[in-house]
Amino acid sequence: MYAYDSYDRTLVMERVEQFREQVTRRLAGQIGEEDFKPLRLMNGLYLQLHAYMLRIAIPYGTLNTAQLRKLAHIARRYDRGYGHFTTRQNIQFNWIKLSDAPDILAELAEVEMHAIQTSGNCIRNVTADHFAGVAADEIEDPRIWCEIIRQWSTFHPEFSFLPRKFKIAVTGAPHDRAAVKVHDIGLRMHRNAAGDTGFEVIVGGGQGRTPIVGVTIRDFLPKQHLLSYLEAILRVYNLLGRRDNLYKSRIKILVAAVGAGKFAEMVEAQWADLKDGELTLPAAEVARIEAAFAPPAYEPADPFPPEVIAKRAQSKDFARWMRSNVAAHRQPGYAIVTLSLKPAGGTPGDATAGQMEAIADLADAHSLGEIRVSHVQNLVLPHVKRSDLPQLWEALQALDLATPNIGLIGDIIACPGLDYCSLANARSIPLAQQLSARFADPERQQRIGELAIKISGCINACGHHHVGHIGILGVDKKGEEFYQVTLGGSADENASLGDIVGPAFAADRVVDAVEQVVETYLGIRQDSERFIDTYRRVGIAPFKEKLYATH
Amino acid sequence: MADQMVTANRLTDGAVVFLAADGSWVERLAAGQPVPEGEAAAAQLKRAEAATRNEVVAPYLIDVGPGADGGITALRYRERIRAGGPSVPWLADSGAEAS
Amino acid sequence: MPLIKHGRIAADPFQPVADGAALPGEGPILIGLARWQEERGLIEPRNTAIGVRLKPAEAVDQLVGDLDRLALVVLEFPKFNDGRAFSQARLLRQRYGYKGEIRATGRVLRDQLLFMHRSGFDAYEVGVEITPEILAAAIASFSVVYQPAADGRSTANDLRHRLPASQPSPGERDLPRGSCKCAQ
Repeated sequence: MYAYDSYDRTLVMERVEQFREQVTRRLAGQIGEEDFKPLRLMNGLYLQLHAYMLRIAIPYGTLNTAQLRKLAHIARRYDRGYGHFTTRQNIQFNWIKLSDAPDILAELAEVEMHAIQTSGNCIRNVTADHFAGVAADEIEDPRIWCEIIRQWSTFHPEFSFLPRKFKIAVTGAPHDRAAVKVHDIGLRMHRNAAGDTGFEVIVGGGQGRTPIVGVTIRDFLPKQHLLSYLEAILRVYNLLGRRDNLYKSRIKILVAAVGAGKFAEMVEAQWADLKDGELTLPAAEVARIEAAFAPPAYEPADPFPPEVIAKRAQSKDFARWMRSNVAAHRQPGYAIVTLSLKPAGGTPGDATAGQMEAIADLADAHSLGEIRVSHVQNLVLPHVKRSDLPQLWEALQALDLATPNIGLIGDIIACPGLDYCSLANARSIPLAQQLSARFADPERQQRIGELAIKISGCINACGHHHVGHIGILGVDKKGEEFYQVTLGGSADENASLGDIVGPAFAADRVVDAVEQVVETYLGIRQDSERFIDTYRRVGIAPFKEKLYATH
Repeated sequence: MADQMVTANRLTDGAVVFLAADGSWVERLAAGQPVPEGEAAAAQLKRAEAATRNEVVAPYLIDVGPGADGGITALRYRERIRAGGPSVPWLADSGAEAS
Repeated sequence: MPLIKHGRIAADPFQPVADGAALPGEGPILIGLARWQEERGLIEPRNTAIGVRLKPAEAVDQLVGDLDRLALVVLEFPKFNDGRAFSQARLLRQRYGYKGEIRATGRVLRDQLLFMHRSGFDAYEVGVEITPEILAAAIASFSVVYQPAADGRSTANDLRHRLPASQPSPGERDLPRGSCKCAQ
């Protein structure tokens, strides 16, 4: 993974000092909250329902073990012993003191971490496929380009006061695990007819109040033009994005208003002067970053280790875990292991300091010191020898990180919701807990198959409910929590937005409603059709009928 | 006429606080000063705004009333969560900090 | 409102003229874009320095043919979080090679000053709390930059790979002023 050089380090240290000075002024009353708020937001510090929340950037979801241990230390020393991994591959701590924040940022800087631009109307953390660099289907590691974009976007003098936040995601594989089609800019790496790798540029996707699937404005952008083209898009947005209405200020509104074709023309017009100019990266720099992401020197490893074969035969639980939580690796003899942060009845995406430290130890022992964070709020060990799988599984079970539910109904995304977030209308976590408890039986989960439930506590959709196979949006109806169900959303390369199935369900009815949706699906699926495929084949009617049939 | 109370977050640590009768900021809603809505509440809020220089952030008024157990409570569910903490416990950390 | 120019408090030779008001008999004037476009024929013969105010929604390319006649362009931050002027300044400096004064007005935070400097601003009329000392400290607050911008500073990549700073853009303020009829 990328390691800072002296320039990166200096920048982050100087930022820590700048923030320390800003906090000192604020605590002394020399600046008011109105002026301080944008400054603390640009360092990821929110004022939430109970306290300050700090969102720490985990660039493209990649961590080394020193970093994960530091996060554990911060959880213990400055928070309440746990952290929450988010749908943008970041981590959040919920109980931070403003007076501690400069020290926390200084400690993070020691391990090449920061909270820069994790909030505010600027370019946010660039997210990527959490299997980047190791997925069997990958064309090229997207993180090279994520790092290049990260540097270009950090303290960008022109784009730090955009109309609204700006989110970029990159995938390097045909199967999109980064949800690029619902980002402000999505980049999909692919090969052209000549065999060169370049980017499909998708803009104007997003969720929230007005969910939209992004449109392609350029089919193939050669790599050397990436930054100049992004600069052109951002400049059009900065100048023309709406600033009069908070709910209409994302780039998706601008693209929809002018139309994709016209928007593409405006970008090309800006790009004409930028193309091949000073934003073309020197080849030496691209090579330097590519080298940072070169595959590790894998030891030769047996693709069919006898201990795995034996364990699979001997333990149904192990076999089940391998089916759902272990993915194919591009290196023979290796595997990608997902650590489920979704135990039945648990809070999706939360991990204790103790778990983080234990995961760091396991990563050192079994994953070449590297961990990934997935936008589905799980962690990943990306370089595991297949022969290590039985031992690793035992260790993960003891830590409650081996629930065999990845991609299954128990693998629920939930935003923090009204329990933590000052924007929320309803709670998400208790619903996620009830759902995962209802569907806890691992046999049943595997029988149901691939099914993504995504829960948001408000219209801002941080739980990505619009792209859930089953999406759930918490609403406030006369002071009571109600839950609106959508069906048929999808975040991958066949992105789609869910359809509202009918009137919202009361809190004590919604778990049953989800169960009815599942039963309906099981009753009509053909062969081993996934839920999403059945839905696309039969439409909403059978589900609507089952849910709202009068008794 | 309903009662209200001023609440805010403490600047230094973000803790939820309530304005007490003596003008101090307390962490328990039960120790905060209820005021009748309208002029009295508005005056209370104005008092609070003086403290925003370097004591508290974002003061606002919440509706309060008698709770099920006889004590005073926030009427809106969101404010009860804010006053009382998340409705679900978080994972308990095990193990001492490794040196 | 104090004007900071070249890092010091400076007198402002430009007289702002409201849209409906009569032009003063003599001296440098500062007018809005629409007025400049409509009354150019009346203004140019006055043979004094001319400044034009652009609103955030007005496109910089409307001034393209006139830049060598304008000593001053004033850009606005109506609220500190309205970042359109950053783009306007960069377009003026880097795309169109503007060599005159680019002045910021409105309300900004001191923490934006470095971005403004990098975007091409060289004069600031943004409130009493922004002093020359604060401006200087803000510009010096980061010794590393990642992106090439209007200030021509060497980027991290320039330094990493021992490259010269990207060719100074035609709008570099250190270059001679050329034929602009600036008030001194």
